[in-house]
Amino acid sequence: MRAVDIVKTAIGNSFRSRLRTTLTVIAIFIGAFTLTITNGLGTGINNYIEGQVSSIGAPDVMTVTKPAETTAATDGPPKYDPRAASAVAADGPPGTPSVVAMTSDDLSAIADVAGVVSVEPVLNVRTDYVQWTDHDKYVLATSPLGSGVQIELAAGKQFDHASGQYEVILPTSYVEPMGFADYASAIAQPVTIAVTDALREQHVVEATIVGVQEETLFGATASLGDALTTELYDLQSIGLPESSTTEYSSATARFDTAVPAAEVQRSLVDAGYSGSTVADRIGTFQTVIDGIILVLNAFAIIALLAAGFGIINTLLMSVQERTREIGLMKAMGMSGARIFALFSTEAVFIGFLGSAIGAGIAMIVGGFVSGILANGLLAGLAGLQLLAFTPASIAAVLLLVMGIAFVAAVLPASRAARQSPIESLRYE
Amino acid sequence: MTTAVLSTRNLTKQYGSGSTRFDALKGVTIDIAEGESVAIVGKSGSGKSTLMHILALLDSPTSGELAIDGLDAAKLRGARLNSLRNRTFGFVFQQFFLTPNTSVLDNVMLPLKIARVPSRERRRRALAALERLELAEKASSKANDLSGGQKQRVVIARALVNDPRIIFADEPTGNLDTATGAVVQDLLFDLNETHGITLVIVTHDEELAARASRRIYLRDGLVVDAIDVHAPVRSAVAS
Repeated sequence: MRAVDIVKTAIGNSFRSRLRTTLTVIAIFIGAFTLTITNGLGTGINNYIEGQVSSIGAPDVMTVTKPAETTAATDGPPKYDPRAASAVAADGPPGTPSVVAMTSDDLSAIADVAGVVSVEPVLNVRTDYVQWTDHDKYVLATSPLGSGVQIELAAGKQFDHASGQYEVILPTSYVEPMGFADYASAIAQPVTIAVTDALREQHVVEATIVGVQEETLFGATASLGDALTTELYDLQSIGLPESSTTEYSSATARFDTAVPAAEVQRSLVDAGYSGSTVADRIGTFQTVIDGIILVLNAFAIIALLAAGFGIINTLLMSVQERTREIGLMKAMGMSGARIFALFSTEAVFIGFLGSAIGAGIAMIVGGFVSGILANGLLAGLAGLQLLAFTPASIAAVLLLVMGIAFVAAVLPASRAARQSPIESLRYE
Repeated sequence: MTTAVLSTRNLTKQYGSGSTRFDALKGVTIDIAEGESVAIVGKSGSGKSTLMHILALLDSPTSGELAIDGLDAAKLRGARLNSLRNRTFGFVFQQFFLTPNTSVLDNVMLPLKIARVPSRERRRRALAALERLELAEKASSKANDLSGGQKQRVVIARALVNDPRIIFADEPTGNLDTATGAVVQDLLFDLNETHGITLVIVTHDEELAARASRRIYLRDGLVVDAIDVHAPVRSAVAS
């Protein structure tokens, strides 16, 4: 029998007992549906997190701090260190270790670390308000922006740091209160940003809105272009002693992507600093999510294994029912290998049918559900597509199920292949 | 003198062992010439079906030799054995062995499908075979919707679709009434007489056996008598 005839005959045979095939297909459908949904959930959430990650740091950028020497409680009171007096509370979640302020000496030390290409201090700017023409003034929280960051924009474009213009990107929540009709109309509009210096004197800087930023998991803060950041930092530092304007809580180091991040981190630790990439900070989230998805996938696989036994059962009945037919085909010169191929193809086809229907319906249901959730329960998380399906993961589900079906077919199909034509033809 | 297409020397076949041992054949030596029609006659348990199965390469003997065209059958293995079965033999069974819920045409095409004949060609040849048996209009019917006589004609069409040299018929009229049985008999002997296909019929029906050119009687696994109507080949009697 030719391969094409084997496939055609196998497909034809699987439809010969419709009820049995349908029931087996339903069992596979349930497993494939669950697996597709759980995979889609993992892909959707991880896509979202990755989108969020790229808005807070580029992959080749590390935030470098100088950790304070921690002293164990039993060691008694720590010795006085004139440098530690200027320890700055690091920005970050609770539990972030306090850090020692860094000076320009530290910056050049970091720049000397192997793998580090460039280093810039993170300038913390505390602005007072932002205002568009004569509309209301709003408190403006800004976040220091590492180099190379891609902001997820609702409108406008990214910063053009080379231009030297004073540029600002505002979160979506600012647009309407500030008096703009919509996101697009805010683009290229001039706004005034106020900052107060150490002498309690307020300065006003005029900047241009270049973009409107989607809200992220990490809150709604505005981002300032390099030129604007430097200008505001200089203004707010008026009246401060020079030593404190050249001290920074952290710096961003750009490293050579050819060098593994872990190696750069090790070198930094040796030099007395600590560096973390965005991937480090966000990786924990992804690990947890991957773990949850793994458990969910395991359940789906268990369902598929159960369906696999369904396939074994179906095929055993099929072989039993077609004993004579098998004997006749063997008497007519069909080889055992082709009989095996015939039955295993039938199983693979049943697997394909179940997984294709399962994956197809999972995609329809998933699209529908995540559409509803995105506008309802999860409306606060802009850009979250809870269930995302990639062709690769769908293909993987299909191949996995067809693989399970093939393995399930081995026992019944080899039983059919081994049947002696005589025994089969005598069978009543 | 015609050459023997099938010849056996001292064939034995045993089932089981020890106290449950059963000797189905106890040393059978026969020669069947090309173009002959041979009836193997015997009661149930005489070993006639076992002999046919061995002749048709469906079963292997416990001892003794079987040669096909002078070729030792014991040396045939795998692909050669399968292609020999496919090209040389056609089968007609008492119980028909048609695949139910499948069209008559598909049933007749089965040997060609196994022989890897392209689909258009096998359709043409299967229709031609059905035409010969006046069943062309039934080609698309389901096999189980036919009468017994029609079923046996479909089986004959299936047996000859691949132009076999030998047709083995196991009680071909056993499940048919006298009238349809006679039609099937005529068809089989016509194939033998006009197309020169060697016919090996296994039966306990004396009337059917009487139409064969030669009758071989089996009892308890031994050839007890051989009646040679036309005497084309000297038939050997059991040792």
